[in-house]
Amino acid sequence: MKTDDLIAALVADRRVRRLRLDVVVGVAALIGGFVSYGAFSIFLGVRDDIWAAMATWRFDIKMSIILLAVVLSFRDCLQLAKPVPQKARVQSWIAVPALLVAAVFLELLLVPGREWSGRAAGTNAFNCLFAIPALSIAPLVAITFAMRAGAAISPAAAGAAGGQLAAAVAAAMYALHCFDDSPLFVALWYPLAALTVLAAGALAGRWVLRW
Amino acid sequence: MLSDCLQAPENLSPLMRAANRGDDAAYRQVLTTIARHLRVVVLRGLARVGQGPEDCEDIVQDALLAMHLKRHTWDEAQPLMPWVRAIAHHKLVDHLRRKGFRQHVNIDDYAESLGAPIPENEGAQHDCVRLLADIPARERRIVEGISIEGRSAREVGLELGMTEGAVRVALHRVLKALAARYQRDQS
Repeated sequence: MKTDDLIAALVADRRVRRLRLDVVVGVAALIGGFVSYGAFSIFLGVRDDIWAAMATWRFDIKMSIILLAVVLSFRDCLQLAKPVPQKARVQSWIAVPALLVAAVFLELLLVPGREWSGRAAGTNAFNCLFAIPALSIAPLVAITFAMRAGAAISPAAAGAAGGQLAAAVAAAMYALHCFDDSPLFVALWYPLAALTVLAAGALAGRWVLRW
Repeated sequence: MLSDCLQAPENLSPLMRAANRGDDAAYRQVLTTIARHLRVVVLRGLARVGQGPEDCEDIVQDALLAMHLKRHTWDEAQPLMPWVRAIAHHKLVDHLRRKGFRQHVNIDDYAESLGAPIPENEGAQHDCVRLLADIPARERRIVEGISIEGRSAREVGLELGMTEGAVRVALHRVLKALAARYQRDQS
């Protein structure tokens, strides 16, 4: 086929609806999230004192940071799935750690030194390290395949962003279950759990997001 | 020819926006201009690493297909050429990697060096036959009818006893299969 013939074929192939990357990735994250939420409500479930917890600043700041991570990770996914990512828009790992560090400082000011290690270790650290990656599986699969609609110049980086979004979605659920609201616990264990998902996403992206 | 290559890429963003609104003539012009531009860029890229021009048209077609199938990844608020270069660079690097090259190739080196004499559409008539070789006869007929004979989807549909919509769906599937073929060839 000559190039001019190919161009004629491409021009003729124009009635197919234009894809919207944000819709495709967003729907995938929602579907993956719902699947995980099913497993979450069977095996973990929302904590009993959820209404009382919502009245405390520690729980609220934990949820705020996680929801911010969801929104910013989503934007990172859309940027990194494009051939020309706008670097200024890839920002989740500036804003999220900044908030975390601020929350940690506040906690260190409010809580006496002898309680620090206990709060950081928490009661559910192992659960957290296991549950967040487990709840990430369904969103990660859905998001990674949805990102195939893009054209990532770095498949590994785009995959890592997908892992970041999947981990944030999973963390949002797990945070409803876990009693450890202290910023010391959140800053220590949540990123550690998310890191494994990020690495899995980067590995998956290298294969799935090639084009 | 030289002036075309130097001027045209700057004017492509509004043309591509028109193409996105359904202007077929604008889309054809965008693709033709990009093909001509890429041919030069890819030839230089290949020459730079001591490769002959044999594979040039394959890479150009692979890049054009990718741009078509991924055109929703271009943000209309941004200029078109950086997006074009990113995709072309990706395809050229993939091709060289397949051939065993590992060094980094910066396509912008060639894109900006358009001062040198530019070969007349060399290779434009080069036939990439093997691409269509494995496509089933009916699908092949659809592509040939539309691209080589320049007929409409409706006419080709009448000949094959298909609706216009079915012809378009089949055409889109073949184009995706072609892109997948290039991908397979890489690994």
